[in-house]
Amino acid sequence: MKGNAVLHVADVQKNFAGLRALSDIDLMIEEGKTHAIIGPNGAGKSTLLNVCVGRIAPDEGAVVFKGQVITGKKPHEINQLGIARVFQTPEIFPDLTLLQNVMAPAYARRDGPIRLNLLSALDADKDVRAEAEHVLLDLGLIEKRHHEAASLSRGDKRRLELAMCLVQHPSLLLLDEPTAGMSRLDTNRTIDILKRIKERGMTKVIIEHDMHVVFSLADKVSVLAQGRIIAEGTPDEVRADPRVQEAYLGGAH
Amino acid sequence: MDAILLQVLNGLDKGGAYALIALGLTLTFGTLGVVNFAHGALFMLGAFCAVGLQEVLTLSVRVRDESITFFEAYKEEPYLVLWFGDTGAAIIDWVVPLSVLVTIPLMLLIGVAFERGLIRFFYKRPHAEQILVTFGLAIVIQELIKAGFGANPIPISAPEIARGSADIGAMLGLSGVLTYPWWRLIYLASSLFIIGGVFAFLNLTTYGMVVRAGMADRETVQLLGINIQRRFTVVFGLAAVVAGLAGALYTPILTPNYHIGMDFLVLSFVVVVVGGMGSLGGAVLAGFLLGILQSFASLNEVKSILPGIDQIIIYLVAVVVLLARPRGLLGRRGVMEA
Amino acid sequence: MDTTNTTADLKSATMDADTHSAHYHTKSEVPTQLPPLGPDMRPLWPPKVDILMTVLFGIAVFSMPIWLQPFGAAYPDLMQRFAIFGIFAIGFNILFGLTGYLSFGHAAFLGIGSYAAVWSFKLLSLNVVPAIILSVLIAGVFAAAIGYVSLRRSGIYFSILTLAFAQMCYNLAYSVLTPITNGETGLRVLRNDPRVLDALVGSSEVAIPRASFFGISMTGMAGFWACAVCLMIAFYIALRITRSPFGMMLRGIKSNQTRMAYVGFNTRPYTLVAFIVSGMYAGLAGALLAVVDPLAGAERMQWTASGEVVLMTILGGAGTLLGPFIGAVLIKYFENIFSALGHTTLSDAFSFLPDGVREFAVSIVSPFVGEGWHLTLGVLFVLVVIFLPGGLAEGFRRIGRMFRGGNKSETSS
Repeated sequence: MKGNAVLHVADVQKNFAGLRALSDIDLMIEEGKTHAIIGPNGAGKSTLLNVCVGRIAPDEGAVVFKGQVITGKKPHEINQLGIARVFQTPEIFPDLTLLQNVMAPAYARRDGPIRLNLLSALDADKDVRAEAEHVLLDLGLIEKRHHEAASLSRGDKRRLELAMCLVQHPSLLLLDEPTAGMSRLDTNRTIDILKRIKERGMTKVIIEHDMHVVFSLADKVSVLAQGRIIAEGTPDEVRADPRVQEAYLGGAH
Repeated sequence: MDAILLQVLNGLDKGGAYALIALGLTLTFGTLGVVNFAHGALFMLGAFCAVGLQEVLTLSVRVRDESITFFEAYKEEPYLVLWFGDTGAAIIDWVVPLSVLVTIPLMLLIGVAFERGLIRFFYKRPHAEQILVTFGLAIVIQELIKAGFGANPIPISAPEIARGSADIGAMLGLSGVLTYPWWRLIYLASSLFIIGGVFAFLNLTTYGMVVRAGMADRETVQLLGINIQRRFTVVFGLAAVVAGLAGALYTPILTPNYHIGMDFLVLSFVVVVVGGMGSLGGAVLAGFLLGILQSFASLNEVKSILPGIDQIIIYLVAVVVLLARPRGLLGRRGVMEA
Repeated sequence: MDTTNTTADLKSATMDADTHSAHYHTKSEVPTQLPPLGPDMRPLWPPKVDILMTVLFGIAVFSMPIWLQPFGAAYPDLMQRFAIFGIFAIGFNILFGLTGYLSFGHAAFLGIGSYAAVWSFKLLSLNVVPAIILSVLIAGVFAAAIGYVSLRRSGIYFSILTLAFAQMCYNLAYSVLTPITNGETGLRVLRNDPRVLDALVGSSEVAIPRASFFGISMTGMAGFWACAVCLMIAFYIALRITRSPFGMMLRGIKSNQTRMAYVGFNTRPYTLVAFIVSGMYAGLAGALLAVVDPLAGAERMQWTASGEVVLMTILGGAGTLLGPFIGAVLIKYFENIFSALGHTTLSDAFSFLPDGVREFAVSIVSPFVGEGWHLTLGVLFVLVVIFLPGGLAEGFRRIGRMFRGGNKSETSS
């Protein structure tokens, strides 16, 4: 079981100005599984995700990705290892077209972190273009491929961000509240897309508030409260756990 | 020892000017969030308030020169002297201190006019555009002054009693002779006084405290129902007055010309960055430090080891500080780091 | 892929049976049902267009002596400046327009280019080819050093760092570097300079030392043709860079630098290369200034000169291909016209007015012309930033949209 863990967050501690944000976090993300992290506001979910992508360095402990310690690496290095991330507020390139938004990460996957192809044509590489078109088609954004990304609705921006991650075929996809602020309709579309990815065997970590989303996607759920993991298990086990109910009802409200 | 003390003193008056400009620059940046490239022009305008006053006071008429008896000679005699005799001459002699009275209201007016007329439209625009529009404004001001007063430096002197040098050595009980121009001492004292005034205003008055709260967190202050906008206008006026005073009083030390604003702007931006963007104390500290550093770099002993160091020392310090400590000496985290 | 889609849909439909999901069901299938909307492999930017644009641009540049005639600007000296500052602005745009990094020190590279070219004329040869190559390389080296340090910071800190470096270069050129720069007098080519390469060919003695291209003296129109050729090459390279994946990455950096890092790019080498390339463009422009007039002075490096190229780029439209060139031409044109106007010309121009009014009009206008050209420049600067932050290119687009909008409303009514 330990052998097929893609990501191992090992005994991570993080303090902010004396405040304990994460304590003794030990988390295994298994290959091909969708792992949800839930918990009340301020439980440290986003901090944990930031530690995973190298945005925040932990005070103690380490994050191991496929047997390689990634703590202290730069964001682009971590991405190049195969970790992609969807942010809580959409991080896209508002001034570029949708197609360019997706082509940029595709180039990064193919050419690595630096390639000074100053004089070649943008779509001289048919593969990159085709791949980008394909992902856009997959996510239902193909009609708008020549529009500026800034013109998209919020829901579409989030899907575009997902497309930017998917085009890289990451071995691990981190999603920070992928449906926050979405309409019911958009939420359902996103759930659907994520299910299709799952069938391709991509490992995912999802931070989510919406229990509907969690229970329709997750194979495993970890509950975070006050910087600690208080419960872990299948969605049904977690739902039945009295400590979880207490954390949600007693802690958050 | 004396030489070192002298260099420190030499640096202090220049440092005072840097500190005053940087203080205003930081104030506008901290409160309005505007990067004002026209701030140096405000310093220059202050200097030209003094120059303008001198021109007005010395409006002259041609009269017969009585002192020359063997032929008919004429000389220019200011009206003030004609009308008030010695009192008039004394007024002209005291033009720089008197110019303070003109500078304060005029600069306040100019500052408020800038803020209302131009700057306020740029609060929400990107920093690059703020830099560009104020840069354009600086060119306009500079060229207007050039059109009005000409391109040549206009000499202006301190009152006669402040023209000599003070024997600092004797004052401090040192053995060596250490003289230092009176006016520079006065400039140093006034800059400390102005800095103290600004800090007192910000820390001791309710008005100032709201402004400081606005610097820290504008949104919250606005949520409290306080019209922070109007206060910011006042702050911009205040910054203009501080820069103007720094310029007006500096005229006997550095003969004013139309481009001193630009010269000082670059330096004072460096000062602000070294002190830490948005930190008032940092601006003052860095101003004096850099002034002193520059005066040491101008020592012949130093120059013989590192030729040209006096020309670039400030920029060099700026580069080192920005790279080693991007927030500056006393800067807060996250200011303008985007 | 179709099958996975339907199974997923089925699952979600069974899972929540509320009305929204039914709605969703029909919507999500739209794209997959339409084959024409599948991957479209038409080239985004056909390579022929690059050539075509460069040729059209070249025609416009080379026919300048004809179409500038009616504007009274068709003399070599001015057209040389159009081309040279066009190159400067086009290069500046590669940095500022694409990455959004606002440098306030690019004039330093222009000055360095000029000095390098003059030294090449003095030591190597009066031929322009080694001078241009040397200038571009040296400017590139300086840009690499200054860019490497400055690009560690962004935003206003970057602007101030570049400004600080440019001021250092300027101050040093005036003081301790006098042996290299000849201080305030400026560096000039002398009759008895060694000129090693020319001496090898056996012709280092010349009556009047002037730059030449294998015997063609770079004065007058010949100088303009040389600048125009350089401009065309510079334009073509800029075009290719803009259209390349590299150019797209630069625009990505401008748009969202954080995202660039999180999709796996090491952004600093990209910005550094953009900085070096634009520094080399500035070096080329500086070299050409020395080519048409073999003299280099430190005033070229002053920060107002850096400000001028920023203005050219903004005025024409930062981030566009033609904008910076148009901005450069306009500014140099108006500089030429306005600074030539004097009091008497103004009096003539206003001669149709009655005496008192004429004097008034002249006194109002005169600060803006002649020596006061910079005042006009400043006012223009402020107006452009306030009303047209996208520059003239944005203005044309707006006008175009207005017309198209007008047509639409006509057809609909």
